[in-house]
Amino acid sequence: MRVVGELRVDWATSLSLVGTVLKALTAPLVGTALVALWYREPLVPFLATAVLTLGAGIALERLGRDDLGIREGFLMVALTWLAIAVVGAVPFLIAGEGNLASPVNALFESTSGVTTTGATVVADFDTHSRAIHLWRALLQWMGGLGILVIAVAVLSQLSIGGAQLMETESQTRDVNKLTPSIEETARLLGWLYAGLTGLMVATWLAIGAVGLGPEVTLYDAVAHAFTAVSTAGFSPRAGSLGAFSPAVQWATIPFMFLGATNFVLLYHLTRGDPSRLVDSDEFRFYLAVVLGLTGLTAAFLVASGEFTRVERVARHSLFQVVSILTTTGYATVDFNGWSAAAKHMLFLAMFSGGMAGSTTCSIKTLRWLVVVKSFRRDLFREIHPDAIRPVRLSGQVVDEEVVRDVYAYVLLSGIVFVLLTVFVVTDAARAGKQIGEFEAMGASAATFLNIGPAFGAAGPYGDYAWFPATTKVAFIVLMWVGRIEIIPVLVLLTPAFWRS
Amino acid sequence: MRVVIVGAGEVGSTIAESLAESHDVVVVDIDSDRVESLTYSLDVLPIEGDGSDVETLEEAGVADADMVIASTDDDETNIVTCGAANVVSDAFTIARVKSPKYLTAWQRARGAFGVDFMVCSDLLTAEAIVGLAGLPTAQDVDTFADGLVQMTEFEIPAESPVADQTVAEADRFDSLTFAAIIREDEVVIPRGDTRLRAGDEVVAIGSPESIRDFSSEIAPRERGPEDIVIVGGGEIGYQTARLLEERGFSPRLIEQDEDRARWLAEKLPNTTVLNSDATDQELLERENVGKADVIVAALTNDQQNLLATLLAKRKGTKRAITVVNTGDFAELFEAVGVDVAVSPRKATAEEITRFTRARRAENVSIIEGDRAEVLELEIDAESVLVDRSIRESAADIPEGVVIGAITRGDEHITPRGDTVVREGDHVIVFVDTEVLDEVTEKL
Repeated sequence: MRVVGELRVDWATSLSLVGTVLKALTAPLVGTALVALWYREPLVPFLATAVLTLGAGIALERLGRDDLGIREGFLMVALTWLAIAVVGAVPFLIAGEGNLASPVNALFESTSGVTTTGATVVADFDTHSRAIHLWRALLQWMGGLGILVIAVAVLSQLSIGGAQLMETESQTRDVNKLTPSIEETARLLGWLYAGLTGLMVATWLAIGAVGLGPEVTLYDAVAHAFTAVSTAGFSPRAGSLGAFSPAVQWATIPFMFLGATNFVLLYHLTRGDPSRLVDSDEFRFYLAVVLGLTGLTAAFLVASGEFTRVERVARHSLFQVVSILTTTGYATVDFNGWSAAAKHMLFLAMFSGGMAGSTTCSIKTLRWLVVVKSFRRDLFREIHPDAIRPVRLSGQVVDEEVVRDVYAYVLLSGIVFVLLTVFVVTDAARAGKQIGEFEAMGASAATFLNIGPAFGAAGPYGDYAWFPATTKVAFIVLMWVGRIEIIPVLVLLTPAFWRS
Repeated sequence: MRVVIVGAGEVGSTIAESLAESHDVVVVDIDSDRVESLTYSLDVLPIEGDGSDVETLEEAGVADADMVIASTDDDETNIVTCGAANVVSDAFTIARVKSPKYLTAWQRARGAFGVDFMVCSDLLTAEAIVGLAGLPTAQDVDTFADGLVQMTEFEIPAESPVADQTVAEADRFDSLTFAAIIREDEVVIPRGDTRLRAGDEVVAIGSPESIRDFSSEIAPRERGPEDIVIVGGGEIGYQTARLLEERGFSPRLIEQDEDRARWLAEKLPNTTVLNSDATDQELLERENVGKADVIVAALTNDQQNLLATLLAKRKGTKRAITVVNTGDFAELFEAVGVDVAVSPRKATAEEITRFTRARRAENVSIIEGDRAEVLELEIDAESVLVDRSIRESAADIPEGVVIGAITRGDEHITPRGDTVVREGDHVIVFVDTEVLDEVTEKL
C-alpha cells in the first residue's frame, strides 16, 4: 500500500515552530559567549553556533505555518528536543577539547545535557574551558523545565497550541493549569524555576561566606544550581559534589528534592498554602520512598562497615538516594565501592523518579502510586467481585484510561530497559570489551531513565566515553526517548499517526 | 391563618389534614379527581389548576394567604410556584424538593428562588435513616438546640435488662430525662416508681451521649452498628451513605445500574459500592450480608425494598430500616419484619406541618402521629418558668407536660426540681397534644 501523498502531518508547521525555538536559543549562546569573554576564553564556539542557530531558525520559520494540530504538536516536541541536542553539540565540536572533540561524543554530551540525564563522556575535566562547562550546565537548565516554558511562552505569543504542547509533555494530565491562560501558567512555572535556582545560588554563596564551604565560588554556585534544580547532574568538578564540604552537600539535597517535586504544588506553597502539598498522596508517597530507600541504604552501609560515623552514613545515603531517585546524578562518594546490597538500593531508586509535573525523569512516583493503588484494588476485588472501586489520587478519581496508560508505560519502560541492556552487552562483546551484567543494566537504566551515573566504568567518577560508538548512539536515542517519554515516540512510530 | 397548599398528593393531603381543623386551607391540584376526593374527607377549599400559574394562585386567594406550601412531586414546579406566589402576595412560602441540589443553593442564600423555607425530602429521609441506624431499637430521632439535645423514641425489647425496672432504677444517666412512655396508644407521664415493660416505647430527651448510653443500656448485646449495608443507590441511598461516611462509617452500597454504581463509587470514597442485584441470593451469601448490623433498603420500589429486607433478615441481618414510598404501607412493613419503616413523604409532610407550628416554637417534633409533641421554646420574661425553680412553677404547668432539657448558650442543663430557669434559656418540653395551646401560651 502506498501512503505517499496521503500524509496529513503538516511538517512545515512543525519545523517552522522548531525554527522559532531555535531562534530563541541564540540568547543563551550569546550569554555563554559573554561568560567566555569574562574568563578570556575562546568566544568562537558560542558566537559561531549562535549565528548558525539564528540562521537555521529563521530559515525554518520561513516554511510558514498553519494551525497546530495534535500530530504537529507531537512532532514538534520530538523535533525540538532533537534540534536543541544537535545545536548544543556544536560548541563542543568547535572547541574541540578532549573527549568532546568527536561528533558522537559531542552529540552524546549535548543530548545527555538537554534531556537532563547527566551521563558524561568528559574524563579530564580540566581540559575544558569554564564556558564549555557552563554551556553543559545551561543545556541542562534549559532542558529541565526551560524548554517547556520557552516553547510554551513562544508558542502562546504566536497564539497557537500551547495547551496541546502542555498535554503532549505531560501524559498523566498532572500539570494542572494554574491560570486560565497557558502563557501565564508557563510564566509562573518559569519564575518558580528561576526563583528556586536563584535561591540555591544564594544558599551556596551564604555557606561559602560563613566559612562552611570555603571552596564555593560564584561560578560553582551558578553551574550547580543550573543542574541541581533541573535534576540533571552535570558538574564542572571531576569530584562532582564530593569536591565540596559536607555543609554544601547537605544544602544541595533539598534543591534536588524540590526540583523533583510537582511545580504546581510548589507554586501553591509559595502562595502560603502548604495544604496542597501535604494533602498530595503522591508527595507523601515520594517522601516515603525517599526515606524508605535511604533507611535501607544506610542500614546496609552500616552493616557492611562502609562508614562508622552517623553523620557520614546519614549524609551519603540520603544524598545518594535523593540524587539517583530524583534522576539528578550527583555523587559525594564513589558508590561503586559500596556493598552489593547498598548498590542495589540505588539501582532500585533509578526506576522511581520524582513527582510528575517536575523536572524529574524516569517512571515517576505518580505512575508507581497508580500501579500500587490499582494493584490493591485488584486484590480487593478478589474478595468483593461486584465492587466498583475507582483508583483515587489525593481523593480525585483517576480515569480507568489513565490507569491503563500507566500500566502500558511501566511495561514498555521495562521492555525497553531489557532490550537496551541486551544490546549494551552484545555490542560490547562485538567491540571486544568486557562489561558485567550489573554494569550494563546500570548504564541502560541511567541513560534511558535520564539519571546519569551508573556503576562500574560508567560509575559516579567514571564516564561513558569508554562505550563503543554504536552503544553511545543507542544511548543518545534512548535518552531522547526517555525524556519525551515513550508513548509520544511510539505514537510517532504508528502508521495511523501518519495517515489521515 | 389562610394556607394555600399546591399539590394534593400524599404530602399535600397529609399537611392539609393536619392544618384543616384550625386554619383556612385552600388546596390546588392539576388533577380534578384528587381535588374532589379531598373535599369529601376534609374541610378545605379545592381549586383545580396549575399552581405555578399566577392566575390559578390568584383564584386560590393567594393575595390574602399567610402561607403557601408547594408540595407537588416535581421539584421545579414547587420552586416556580413559590416564585410565582411571591410576585402576587406576601405569604410565607414553603417548597418541598427531592433533590438536595436546590437545597444547597437555597441554604447559601435563604429566600433564594422566592422560597422562605425549603424541605428536602431525600435528605430529610437520609438524615432520619442515619439517626436511626446509629441507635439500636430507636424508632424516631430528632435533634434540638443545634444538636445539644436529642429526642429519641426507643422500643424496649422483651429481653432488655431495663424491662420490668422502675424508671428510677433505669435512669442512671445524669443528662437524660424520661419524658413519656407510650403504652398501647396511651401516653403515660412517668414517675419514679413507674415500671417499664417490654414493648413500651420510651420518649427520652437528653444529651446525644446519654441517649447513646441509654440505647446500649436497653439493648446491651447490640453494640453500635459497624457494618451497614445500603440497598439502592438513588438519591436517598446516596445521601444516606454520604452522611454515614461523614460520621466515620464505611458502609456498603448495592446498586444494580452499572453507570450509577460507578458514579456512586467516585462520589463516595469510603463506601464499598457493589454493582449487583440486592435480591440475588448468591450476592448476599458472597458479601456476607447476613453478618451486617443494619440493612437500609432505599430502592424506589416498595415491593423490592421489602423483598431485599426480608431476604437480608433471613440471612441474619440484625436490623432493617426500610424506605416505604407509599406511606400507608409503613405499618404493614413493620408488622412483617421490618424494624423501622421510613416514609419520605410522611417525613416531609411532618416536617412542613412541624414548621407551620414551629412558628410559635423554635423546633417541634411530632410523636406517634399526633398524640404529643416535643417543642423547643425560648423563655421570655412573660413565661411562668422565668426566674423560678421548676418545683415552684410546677403548679402553673398543666398535666401532661415534662421539661426534658434546658440549654443556656452552649451549655446543657438537666432539669431537676431545684433548677432555676432564666430568660433566654431554651427549654425542650414534651407536651401532650391536648394541652398544647395552654402550654405554648404559658411558657
